[in-house]
Amino acid sequence: MAMIVQRRRAVSVNPLKSSAPLGAALAYLGIEKGVPLFHGAQGCTSFALVLSVRHFKEAIPFQTTAMDEVATVLGSATNLEEALLTVVRRMKPGFVGIATTALVETRGEDSAGDLRLILARNAELADTKIVLASTPDYTGALEDGWASATRAIIENLVEPWSPAIRSFQQINVLPGVHQTPADIDALREIIESFGFYPVILPDISYSLDGHAAENWTATALGGTPLSEISNMARAVHTIAIGEHMRAPADTLGALTGVPVTVFPTLTGLEPSDRLVSLLARLSLKPVPGRLRRQRAQLVDAMLDGHFHFGGRKVAIAADPDLLFSLSQFFVGMGAKIVTAVASTGTGRHLKSVPAETVIVGDLTDLEDGAAAAEADLLVTHSHGRQAEERLGIPLFRVGFPIFDRLGVAHEETVGYRGTRSLIFRVANQLMSENHHAKEEDFRTAIPAVLSSMEEGRHVGGSFANH
Amino acid sequence: MAESLNAKVAALFNEPGCDKNAAKDEKARKKGCSKPLQPGAAAGGCAFDGAKIALQPITDVVHLVHGPLACEGNGWDNRHAASSGPVLYRLGATTDITETDIVMGNGEKRLYRALREIIDRYAPPAIFVYSTCVTALIGDDIDAVCRHATEKFATPCIPINAPGFVGSKNLGNKLAGEALLDHVIGTREPATSTPTDINILGEYNLSGELWQVKPLLEKLGIRMSACITGDARYHEVASAHRARVNMMVCSTALINMARKMEERWGIPYFEGSFYGISDMSDALRNIARLLVARGAAADLLTRTEALIEEEEKRAWSRLEPYRARLAGKRVLLYTGGVKSWSIVSALQEMGMVIVSTSVRKSTDNDKQKVKDLMGGDAHMVDSIPPREMYAQLRRGDADILLSGGRTQFVALKARTPWLDINQERHHAFAGYDGMVTLVRELDASLSNPVWADVRRLAPWEEEEGETDFDDEGVQALMPIA
Repeated sequence: MAMIVQRRRAVSVNPLKSSAPLGAALAYLGIEKGVPLFHGAQGCTSFALVLSVRHFKEAIPFQTTAMDEVATVLGSATNLEEALLTVVRRMKPGFVGIATTALVETRGEDSAGDLRLILARNAELADTKIVLASTPDYTGALEDGWASATRAIIENLVEPWSPAIRSFQQINVLPGVHQTPADIDALREIIESFGFYPVILPDISYSLDGHAAENWTATALGGTPLSEISNMARAVHTIAIGEHMRAPADTLGALTGVPVTVFPTLTGLEPSDRLVSLLARLSLKPVPGRLRRQRAQLVDAMLDGHFHFGGRKVAIAADPDLLFSLSQFFVGMGAKIVTAVASTGTGRHLKSVPAETVIVGDLTDLEDGAAAAEADLLVTHSHGRQAEERLGIPLFRVGFPIFDRLGVAHEETVGYRGTRSLIFRVANQLMSENHHAKEEDFRTAIPAVLSSMEEGRHVGGSFANH
Repeated sequence: MAESLNAKVAALFNEPGCDKNAAKDEKARKKGCSKPLQPGAAAGGCAFDGAKIALQPITDVVHLVHGPLACEGNGWDNRHAASSGPVLYRLGATTDITETDIVMGNGEKRLYRALREIIDRYAPPAIFVYSTCVTALIGDDIDAVCRHATEKFATPCIPINAPGFVGSKNLGNKLAGEALLDHVIGTREPATSTPTDINILGEYNLSGELWQVKPLLEKLGIRMSACITGDARYHEVASAHRARVNMMVCSTALINMARKMEERWGIPYFEGSFYGISDMSDALRNIARLLVARGAAADLLTRTEALIEEEEKRAWSRLEPYRARLAGKRVLLYTGGVKSWSIVSALQEMGMVIVSTSVRKSTDNDKQKVKDLMGGDAHMVDSIPPREMYAQLRRGDADILLSGGRTQFVALKARTPWLDINQERHHAFAGYDGMVTLVRELDASLSNPVWADVRRLAPWEEEEGETDFDDEGVQALMPIA
């Protein structure tokens, strides 16, 4: 059981977090014809927009209520109203998701109340679904914003269970913010292979996967169809991924009566087995040959890959669920987590991260910890590059933002196939840093335990390379 | 918002050095020049963003953002302002204030502790402290905290009052300039001072552009005492008041600074650009002329002319091979500010055709320059909606789009070449060499075989006929005579 260390510093140097409103906005992009609207000053949107563009390498349709000095002092309900009317008139969205920011929350405005009044007096907004999530920047991070937005969508758009609703071979999926478009596609494939119809909320698999379409659209392209969101009560089961999706899943469960399973992670052999056997049980169908084959491939990848992980010292910094998922993965492959840093302390399962301590902190904590423990690998988002340069320790990029690599949307980490791919990517990176033995390596005596570990790794490494 | 900040913003809008302001009547002047932002259709950064952009390139200080996470957390270390040494400026430092800080009013205390922690760990020559919307709203007095910390820790802590809600990025640039004037420039004396010292204002050394210009100055024996703020050190900026001449690069972002430095220390300034061959030469000429007027040896003028002749010849000979490849290619130039007029002339020198230019952020003065350069009424548009630009590019109204990151995907999704000429660009385009780089990049992009391949229909689409895209009512982009 990990000890949780809350940093008491007044300054955060090299932040690990991305803000909660940004998490909410990403969720809103996973809704059909959606437009995320930040309720705050225009900079709140601009910074989030630039960061998202750099990560996804896609046009991102974020909008802003553009609060100025007057709105900041006198109240911003008129800004919200004007913004909604403008967005609906100009962009013709099917859905507008509002994310509040620190500015409007510090004023203590009742934005939800404002929205009710605005909707009541503007008939031209009636055809657009409009949802608001409270996501002040000063509370939580990306995961919290994503979860709050998903919950707001569920509360406002899902039709509660009624005797008129007929069950259907449908599985609801509530993916976490750490799932890539490729992950969502993989989940869809797995679920479909059992004859189920997946409804994924939010679904960024088509809106943020990067593809050249035939027309320019101002709103999100793809995303969960609004009609399917309202029909989520038809499902036989709901699958949520990551602890941060527990609250939205529970909300959905309470509203629809559909049973819920929250998977803390879907990376790794055992978690994938649990998913596949759940689907087999629900569908009363045998596990398809394709999945059996993927499982066998994963087992082989673990056999080939374990040489490169065994005994390696890994320093990870990430949002709580991603941290948990990756730590489990690395430890499961034989590595040791020497430094674990979480962006926020709200994750209930931080204690089960397989490390001695989990620091709730920033990338400076990662850098200091990795240096002290002489880590072999840094695992965090692209901003870890400064630590990589200073420490000379390779960086494996995960999470958000990754702005200096291509193809981020297509990296898979869930299920048998995703885990296999993750093993190969990490192992390849470690191999490219492969140390060629030199005579001076053996001049200084090293402690017995360490030497046998090192030996094991080198023998394995060279074997795998031949 | 503090009374003094209000007064400052009003004073900035009433800038005597600004031609646009001078042309207004008394009443219009009072209203200021901030355009009201349109909720739901506004784009672009806030004043804090602008202040940060203008000051971040000071490389040896720590930039501390006093506010909730997003202001710094979503935007740190995101530009390519290069440093020749220190890397402290790349740290993303923020007080990351929490709900408790806001409710309990702990913001100022947290800021003070943050300053101490930074000094303990990094010992920078100075710390720049930025206020943000939330900390300005709850009334944190960063001036007082900075004053106190400066005394207590014997390290200058410079307050930058530009919370996002006061206005646009451009206003933020100006507020940053004011902060330098109030707290930094003139607080130290340079170790040496020569009759050929100059400052460059509004150049940020993006992708190392300053280094394309610096060797030229050095060849002429001109010393850059400070670049404000590209690759700058704190002490250079602090002693910038001893320079003989100021060159103002970024259009009017720092005009208030140039004018006040003239008032306070008698430093004459001129506006110039390093983009394009003729602009670069003009800049060198103006620097030499003003320096000689202020007492530098008169032979600087002849040496400058000799260097210009040599460099222009060298640049043109390097550009010559591209002329035939680029002549007649149509360029859609979609950018704001200084880049418009200086790049227009450069591209026209290569025989390229400008089909439209946007001067959204430019001043009237800038717009006039574009008109002069392009002969008559240029096809200038304030902004093109993305859907229209997509249609224009998709149907081939232009061969390439030059713009900033915001419109990158409009071009790419329309399967049209695109070149980044804004702050996020990875190539250095300044000086004579920069022009060669720009032209080389243009050619590399235009001649890439990938365009023909991605525009080709899939075999089954060929049979089914091309899927129409919606370009109804979209105006054509017209070549400019």
